[in-house]
Parts: sequence; C-alpha cells; structure tokens
Amino acid sequence: MMDDLRDTFFAESEDLLTAMGEGLAAMSDGSAGSETVHAVFRAVHSIKGAAGAFALSDVVAFAHSFETVLDAVRSDRLVPDPDVMRVLQRAGDVLAELLEHAREDRSDPPSALGSVLDALEEITGGQDDATPDDFVFEPLGLGMMAPLALPPAEATGFHLDFRPTGNFYPNGHHHQHLFAALSELGELTVTCSVPDLPPSAETDAEGNQLSWKLELRTDADEVQVRDVFEFVEGLCELELRKVESLDSFDDRPPHDDSTLPEVAMPTLAQAPDPEVLPRPLDVSSAVPTPAAARESAPRPTLRVDLDRVDRLINSVGELIINQAVIAQKVSEAGLPPASSLVAHVEDLSLLAREIQEGVMLIRAQPVKALFQRMARVVREAAEATGKQVELVTEGEETEVDRTVVEGLADPLTHMVRNAIDHGIEPPSERIATGKPACGRITLSASHVSGNVRIVVRDDGAGLNRDRIHATALRKGLVAADAVLTEAEIDNLLFLPGFSTAASITSLSGRGVGMDVARTAITALGGRIGILSTPGEGTTFNIILPLTLAILEGLIVTVAGQPMVVPAASVIETIRPAPRDFIALGHADRVLAVRGDHVPVIDVPSLLGFGPELDPMDAIVVLVRASDDSLAALVMEAISDKRQVVIKSLRSNVGQVAGTSAATILGDGKVALILDPDALTALAARRRAAQHAVQHLASREVRHEHAA
Amino acid sequence: MLSVLAIDDSRTIRELVRRALENAGMNVTTADDGLDGVSSFGESAFDAVITDINMPNLDGFGVIEAIRSGQRNTRVPILVLTTETGPELRARARDAGATGWLTKPFDGAVLVRTLKRVTGAPLS
Amino acid sequence: MSTQPDTVNPNDIEFVKLVAGGQDFCIEVARVREIRRWSPVTPLPHAPEWLLGVMNLRGAVVPIFDLAMKLGLGSTAITPRHVVMIVTASDRTVGLLVDAVAEILKASDEAVSNAPPLPGANARLIQGMIALSEEALCILDVDAVAPVLAGAAP
Repeated sequence: MMDDLRDTFFAESEDLLTAMGEGLAAMSDGSAGSETVHAVFRAVHSIKGAAGAFALSDVVAFAHSFETVLDAVRSDRLVPDPDVMRVLQRAGDVLAELLEHAREDRSDPPSALGSVLDALEEITGGQDDATPDDFVFEPLGLGMMAPLALPPAEATGFHLDFRPTGNFYPNGHHHQHLFAALSELGELTVTCSVPDLPPSAETDAEGNQLSWKLELRTDADEVQVRDVFEFVEGLCELELRKVESLDSFDDRPPHDDSTLPEVAMPTLAQAPDPEVLPRPLDVSSAVPTPAAARESAPRPTLRVDLDRVDRLINSVGELIINQAVIAQKVSEAGLPPASSLVAHVEDLSLLAREIQEGVMLIRAQPVKALFQRMARVVREAAEATGKQVELVTEGEETEVDRTVVEGLADPLTHMVRNAIDHGIEPPSERIATGKPACGRITLSASHVSGNVRIVVRDDGAGLNRDRIHATALRKGLVAADAVLTEAEIDNLLFLPGFSTAASITSLSGRGVGMDVARTAITALGGRIGILSTPGEGTTFNIILPLTLAILEGLIVTVAGQPMVVPAASVIETIRPAPRDFIALGHADRVLAVRGDHVPVIDVPSLLGFGPELDPMDAIVVLVRASDDSLAALVMEAISDKRQVVIKSLRSNVGQVAGTSAATILGDGKVALILDPDALTALAARRRAAQHAVQHLASREVRHEHAA
Repeated sequence: MLSVLAIDDSRTIRELVRRALENAGMNVTTADDGLDGVSSFGESAFDAVITDINMPNLDGFGVIEAIRSGQRNTRVPILVLTTETGPELRARARDAGATGWLTKPFDGAVLVRTLKRVTGAPLS
Repeated sequence: MSTQPDTVNPNDIEFVKLVAGGQDFCIEVARVREIRRWSPVTPLPHAPEWLLGVMNLRGAVVPIFDLAMKLGLGSTAITPRHVVMIVTASDRTVGLLVDAVAEILKASDEAVSNAPPLPGANARLIQGMIALSEEALCILDVDAVAPVLAGAAP
C-alpha cells in the first residue's frame, strides 16, 4: 500500500528538487528575491518532512542541516556570498543523490555527503540555534514512550481537579473530549462544580468558571494521564493526585453540596489499535522474491524531450488515419465477415486506439502550474488597480493535455485581469455594498464527461449590461432595433472589435478584447460561456477537450462534402417535416422542436456552398453553442459517428469560416470540422447584414413616398 | 463519520494523511496551501482541520487565525502537523489557536488517535 | 560539364522554372519540397477564389492556391495533367497549382535583382528578377502568393 505513496514521494521530491535547483541558480546569479529563498527553504523542508514518513533518516538528517543554513539565509542572519552559494549548490546535489540512493534502496552514502555536511555545519557553526539533535522528532507525548521505560504503575487511580481557563474553548478544546480520552484509560467518574468565586468580569461566558472533579480508576501511570492534557497545558488548571489503593476511592469525601448532580461518563471499552496490519492474501507472496522486490520498488519517472513525445503523437495520429484507410479498403473489398483479414483489421484498430490513449496520457499535466501563474497575475493586477483580491483555486490536480494548459495561459490571464479591472469593485465600494473588502477570484478545474471544465469566477459587480449594449450599438455590432436578452448582451463581449478605446485601461486594455480569449479557446477546441449577476459577479465557463488530438464526431454531408460535427455539442439529430420549419420575416426560419423554436442555420448556404436545401431533403443536427443557445443545423445527410484525429487548419491555412479544424477521413480526404459557435456567429452576422440591407431598402421606400 | 480538512503543500503528506484517515473511516478533503485550505474550510462543514505550518501563500498560523476569527465553525479542532519542533512552536501554535500538534515523521496511527482525541470521537 | 568543380560557383542560386497562366515564373529551389499531380481538394467556405481548398499531404492539411488566379492571369482550367508544387512559405507548407514545372535554373547572384519589374497590385507578389541570356524571369514571393487566411466575414 505504501509503494505507490513512495512513488508519489519520489515524484514530488523530483519536482521539489527542480524548484530548489532553479531557486539556488537564481540566488547564485543574484536575481533571487526573498520569496525565492523561502521557496528553496520550503522545498528542502518538504522533502525532509515527507522523507521522515518513509524512515529515510539519511535524507531527513541531511535535509535538516541544509535547511538550517537556508533558514539562516532567509532570516537574514547569513549573507549568501559566493562561498555559501557554492556549498548550497553542492548540498542540493547531495540531496538529489541521497534521494536517488533511497529510491534505489542503496545504502551507500553519496561520496560528497561527509564533506558537504561538514561545510554546511561550518557555515552555521555558532549561529545555528537548533541543537544538533533537534531534528530527531519528538514523540507525540511522553506517554507514548514512557510506559516502556517505567516499571508497571502501582497506582490504581487518580483524583483530578480540572478547570478550563483562557482560550481552552476558543482553541477548539472541549472538556468532554478530555474526559472521553481519560475514560479510555479506565473508569472515570465526573463531578461538575460551580466555582466558589462569584463570576466576575474576568471569567468569560465560556463556561470557564465551571470546574470538574474527576476520579479515574486505572492501571495507567501518571505520565499517561498527564499526556491526555498535553494540548491544554496553559489552558487549564489541573491538579492531579495519585490514589494508592482502591480503598482511597471509597474514602473520598462526600460531594460538595454546591455541586451539580454527578455525571458518570460512560466507560468506553478498551479496544485494540484500529490500525490492523494488512494480511497477505497469498502466503507465497509474503516471502519477497527478488523479482517481487524489484516490482515493489518505487516506479521511476522518466523525463523526455517534448519534441520526441510530439513526434510520437504525430506518428500515432498518422497510424490512426492509416488504419482507418485500411479498414475502409477492407470493408470495400466485400470480404465475408468471417474473414480473418477482417478480424485482424479490427485488432489493429483496437491496438492503434490503445497506443493513442497511452501516448496521450504522456502529455497530460495538472493545471496547477497554470493556476499558480494566475496567482501572480492576480497579485500584479490587484496592485495595479489598488484593489484587494484573493485567488481561490479548486481542482488543481485536474490533468489536461499540456497544449491545452499552455494555450489557456493567455486567455486565462486576460480573463483574470478583466475580472479584477472591470469586475471586482474598489474596497470602499465593496464595503458600502456589504461585501468583504477583499474581492475573490475563483479558478476551478474539473473533469466533466470527457471534457475539462475551467471556471473563472469573480464576486465583483457583474457585467454592466447597459454600457455593453451602448458600446455594441455605437460600434455597429448590433442593430439599433434589435431586442437582446441578457445572455445575448453578455455574449456581445466576445464579438471581435467590441473592446473599445474607452474600456482600455492600463491593465486589461492593450486593445484586445474577450474575442481574443474566445478565439484562443476555440482554437483549443473549446467553448466559453458567460454568466453574470448584477452585484454578485461574473462567471466564465470554459469547456475544453481532454486532448487536442482526438474528437468524437458526427460525419455529415454538406454540399456533397463530408464534414464533422463535434459530438459534444450535438443534442440530437432530427428529420423534420417541412411544416416544422417556420418562416420569420424575409430570410429567417425557426424549427419547432417539441414546443421550442430553434433558429435554423442552413449550413450549405451559410458556408457559401450553394442554395438553401429543400426542407424535404434536409436533416437537422440540433447543437448547443457554448453560450447555451440552440441551433438547428440543416444539412443533407448524417452517415456515421466516430473518433477523428484533429488537424489544425490554423498553422497552414489560417482561419476558415464556420470551422474549428479539419480531419482526414478513411479515404484520405480532408473533412472540415464544423464549429457550432462559429456557425452561429456567422449566421448572426449574416442576419445583421440582411437586416441592414432591408432597413436601407425600407428607408428608401419611405423617402420615395415622402418625395 | 468525521469529516476532516487536511492542508499541506506536500503531495506526499497529503496522500499519507488521506489514507490514514480514510482507513479509519473518516472523510478527507485536502488543500495544498493555506489559502486553498481557508477557502475549502469555508465551503463545507468539517469536524477537524489538520494543517502544515510552512506553506506557500498562507502559512499554518495564518490558517488557524483565519479560521478562529472567521464567521462559522470557529471552534473546530485544528491540529498542526509539522516537522518544526521545540517549545516555541507549541507556544506559538497554542497562541494562534491550535488545538493540538503532531510532529512528523508522519505516523498514521498517532494522527488518527490524536484526531479522535481532540474531536471526542470514540477511539475504537 | 556542370558537375565539374571549377564551374560550381558557391554563390549560384538554383530556381525552379514553372508555368502558370501560360507565363513563366520561378521559385527558389530551397523553397520547393515536392511536386505532385493534381488531385481533388476539399473546398473551404468563403475562401477567396484563388484558394482552391485543402488536401491531405501525408497527414498534414495543406492549402492549395491557384497561382495563375492569384497572379491575376485568370483561373486555371484544371486537368489531371496539372501539377501542385508543395512549397514552404514562412513556416507553413502550402501547395501551388501550376500548369507545369519546366526545369531547374542556376543563376549567379549578380544575375538576380531585387527590384520588382512591374508596377501595380501584383508587384508585391514578385520578389525579384533573374536576368538570363535569353529571357528575364520573375521570382515569386511565396509568402505573398500564399497568404494566411485571416478571419474573413462573408
């Protein structure tokens, strides 16, 4: 059970060593601030802490000496001159070597261990305030050790007088918890007394004025009993008297008249330690063979040049396509289903898929580093705007393809800056509206049904919809007579060209708007949505694919061309009756879907590939865009649902209207991957253009009438 | 079932704590630094908190102060789990409002026992 | 013979001579990756008419440009005998549909001039001229004849 924890430990140590190495390098070239020194200290300290759990005493001892010097540096008691830095660098190397030996279960110490230890101790000589033995961890309480050293206790019990004082309750203690712990040692009788002193201003209302008389019949010795009070030392008055015989209990004085009724604590049965050693299921496995021993050694990790991984991923992508080509050729050859060739091709397809999944895992990376980068952005932005902002992160361990992680850095930075710049109010304003002065930005990551969901939430003022609408009107992004829902207004933020000179500030400005963030996310195969509540804040929801390489898609036909609709956005496919299409005005149509009316997008004509389809021939793919709006995509046919390898169009071609990427089908042909968001936006633009034309036309008509 | 929040910047320690407590039938939420811990604390009801001292963003003392001066569940038992030793640390932890402390190396059985002790949960 | 060492001038530049829209042009050899027969492409929505579509080049999606049309020489009436030159433009790989690829030329660097010979809109598509004994050839600026598609609204 501990083996994979050892793996975790060594993997984490590797990361910590990297952080330490970087920090030491920065300290050496003088570019390090105090935070770097703290980070180096923490790295070594964390290694020490975790190594202790695995009884790696060499590592613990060395890390302690190392840490002592670092502590002196971080508390400015020691100047990290080049000589000190040289020793620290060597110490870093020795620590890495010690861990390597530990991982390989080697007992020989690194050759430089002695000399570096000496050098470290020489540096701290005289100013090390920790005693050499300090790193020997003290036991939890004396009681854990003492019974072994002491002769069996003679006492049969104790009288205790106990009164909580000071911060006993505020610190999370409770008298009943102590009594429960005492009753673990034997039979406890509890009597509560009202204090002899009248309550005064000094005694608070915490019940501190109550005191208890306790009688404990036990075989335990005094150290064990005192150990129960270890944490409340200084938070209570305690008098403890040993009772030498059972009789003494019987001799106890009658209860004070002033006492409350006697409360007997239930005596809890003594039970064996709950930690039960796992028993091997198979006797033979209990005897470690050399092979078994090797297997149980921590799994080493391997650092690989990213280029190599990416080349491998590309090759695997080719393999998948190639395998699809072969599968198609085989199926076209019309072999009998029982043919062994058919079976082999199926095996090949399974294997190829397995290889692909394995390779993709190599690229997965927790979003933690990304989120941590945002902490810096928050700090900088808060400082620049004079606002108080804290960053809260959730789900940092969520793993995503590293390309996604990298591609998210810019849009997230932009959104976080935007949130601080435009969302979070100045402290005075926040206090005036009953909010804490410090604003909060929450970043969270989670896996949601095969996708990754990233949420950027602020608790600021929410979007100023009036201003957004006015800006969009001024910029001609919406028709003057258009009636927009709140969600539609919010989504105006994502329109190219929305970001205005007026909204450009030193921070989030730079002439880029949310459209840039949205474009970046779409380029990652993702979608972004926005939710805002006035006075409560704004939330951006980003849905991203787990990997950039594969997509589950519906193969459809548009203007005779095969295309792909991402399955993630498909709600259903419908073959509607012509009467389900309802015309609105000149060119707009909606489709009646179970009482709802969904805007119709005729994909062939929208993409400029031909006239609108005859409703008789149309099939509809109902999709949900990232702003949660529905659209009915009209096309000629739907043929298949399958995984496709995503090929970027961006690198060689550029931006292609209505699409997010392309793929290569089994016949070797390139098929475009349709993007519901881009299609909806394209349709909206076209509608706006048509409205404008109609508007002009009607004006001309009026002019003619007037003339 | 005890619900415990464990705050530590070391993934290894977090995992160790999680396993020890889950094996003892407790419900564990982890957080990887003080800030994360304080916000997690605000999000659910915990019966106890275990925190490291030396952490980025907000250290363990900061965590304790934040919880004790917070709005709710301010008297939750808080255990400090740290490699740091010495009476000053104990005094500081107590002054900050810690309920108890444990020094690493990590011992799951001791942690479970101590947690039960400060929460008043039956030991067996 | 051209293989004799004394005739090799390290300053010589090699060009591929091609025919597009009935006229001769050339492209630096270093830019040309391969030459393929025409095969049908996947058309792109709302693409300029000189962008014929995309094709699959061993797993990469490559845009194919009608060079004649891009040069203002009218659209190419494509036949199976037309060829596609796969060339490198900036860091992109693109295909140029041409009538034919004629030959490989060598020119000393003195014979190459940078001055575009033509005024007008197409001037920026021409990188320079090579003066040969019998003719003068325009050197195509590959980056300019095969531009990246910007987000185009219909």
